[in-house]
Amino acid sequence: MTFFTELGRYLLMLKGMFSKPENMRVYWKEFMHQCSEIGIGSLGIVVIISFFMGAVSAVQTAYQLVSPIIPKASIAQIVRDTVILEFAPTLVCIVLAGVVGSKIASELGNMRVSEQIDALEIMGINTKAYLIMPRIIAALLVIPMLVVLSAALGIWGGRIAGLGSGILSAYDFDKGLMQNFVAFNVWFALIKAYTFAFIISSIPAYFGYHVQGGALEIGRASTRAVVISCIMILFADYTLAQLLLSAPAG
Amino acid sequence: MIEFKNIRKTFGDKVVLNDVSAVLEAGKCNLIIGTSGSGKTVLMKCLVGLFEPDEGDILYNGINFTEMDDDQRKELRQQIGMLFQGSALFDSLTVEKNIMFPLNMFTTWTYAEKMKRVNEVLDRVNLKDANKKFPAEISGGMKKRVGIARAIVLNPKYLFCDEPNSGLDPQTSMVIDKLIQEITVEYNITTVVNTHDMNSVMETGDHIIYMFQGLKEWEGSNEDIIFSKNEKLNSFIFASNFLQDAKDMRMLEAKGKIDNNRNMDELLK
Repeated sequence: MTFFTELGRYLLMLKGMFSKPENMRVYWKEFMHQCSEIGIGSLGIVVIISFFMGAVSAVQTAYQLVSPIIPKASIAQIVRDTVILEFAPTLVCIVLAGVVGSKIASELGNMRVSEQIDALEIMGINTKAYLIMPRIIAALLVIPMLVVLSAALGIWGGRIAGLGSGILSAYDFDKGLMQNFVAFNVWFALIKAYTFAFIISSIPAYFGYHVQGGALEIGRASTRAVVISCIMILFADYTLAQLLLSAPAG
Repeated sequence: MIEFKNIRKTFGDKVVLNDVSAVLEAGKCNLIIGTSGSGKTVLMKCLVGLFEPDEGDILYNGINFTEMDDDQRKELRQQIGMLFQGSALFDSLTVEKNIMFPLNMFTTWTYAEKMKRVNEVLDRVNLKDANKKFPAEISGGMKKRVGIARAIVLNPKYLFCDEPNSGLDPQTSMVIDKLIQEITVEYNITTVVNTHDMNSVMETGDHIIYMFQGLKEWEGSNEDIIFSKNEKLNSFIFASNFLQDAKDMRMLEAKGKIDNNRNMDELLK
């Protein structure tokens, strides 16, 4: 299947999601269930990754800043900006593409192969609206929350590592944390989080929804979904950085 | 009543259905039979709208299904129940919740009213004490019954069953066949069954359509099948010596040479 055929089917799938729900209460229940699955289900891994990425970031920054004229507080500043700008949104979303993306693709793939999606269609339910829309909206709601949490935990991890290994004092870290803070960086991280959340939920949903075959094809679809989501996240990351962060020439 | 006219369906260059027409009557078990790859599943999927036919019309009580928009189809589909080959129960829901799902989606009933209806249909398919079990915890025959219960919970006008006996032992198959037949008459449903099972053909086939290589090869009732001279049909239905013998017995019975109730016993003494 050509790239344009796949793209066309993906866009049609997105278009097909927009219809009046057959029963708003059932859709709401499904949405809440997906919020719990995506949010609570990924919380553990997000907490662990975030803490360690902040800690490693602090240690490695200190290792590279060998000049005595650079104040120690700069370490905290670098940790803060690295975590907010890149680590929290991008690294966490790449991990979520694996955790959430493969789950969405395999769930929908299994439903397709075992004719559960056909059963819903026969009942007169818009399966794109009922199965895909709640997942995308849930991802758009909870993934940015996870990214914010990740940023906070990352900075906290950096602080603990910095203090624990004697790289800098609590006073230096807190001072650096507040130095030259650019609020737009947080907005930028959130813009990235929303973009990645859409990628993480819609691309695996597409691959899962259109599976044909059996268990092997579900596995393949799941792998493809994760790989393509990761590539799209990196591509979107670069594009957003270019659009929103690069200073105009001259 | 369902009527389909000149249905043609292709996948790439392969013609799967070619100019297939028939009328499926209400209150009758309409069977679609044929070898694997003969197009019977594709025909059923065209009838319920899971596949779009390339040509032809499908009429539900005279209303053209192929010309309906999405909303009209959604409305009609609420009158359709379907039992899938693998039952297609929702893995994450209990038996009770599976059956309640269409009620949750399409009714404004209270929980008590929905539970009452769920228990009614579970009772109708002779399935008790399974309410809280998950599909993975019940047998194949029970899954089929839950599938039937879910299909009839909204009192459909049309019931489609895709190979209801696949993977079941002969005794359970007979129970499922009987259940489908009883429900068809009781609710005056237009039932369409896609089957390979010869027992189903002989016992429940009020109206049988035999498909061969994408064409409707033969049409008639289970009584007509005994006297059919169609070679393709005979080689499919009465493939084994045992089934051939059964056919001979039925022919003798039909001609009055043996009485299945009385002199068979005498002859066997």
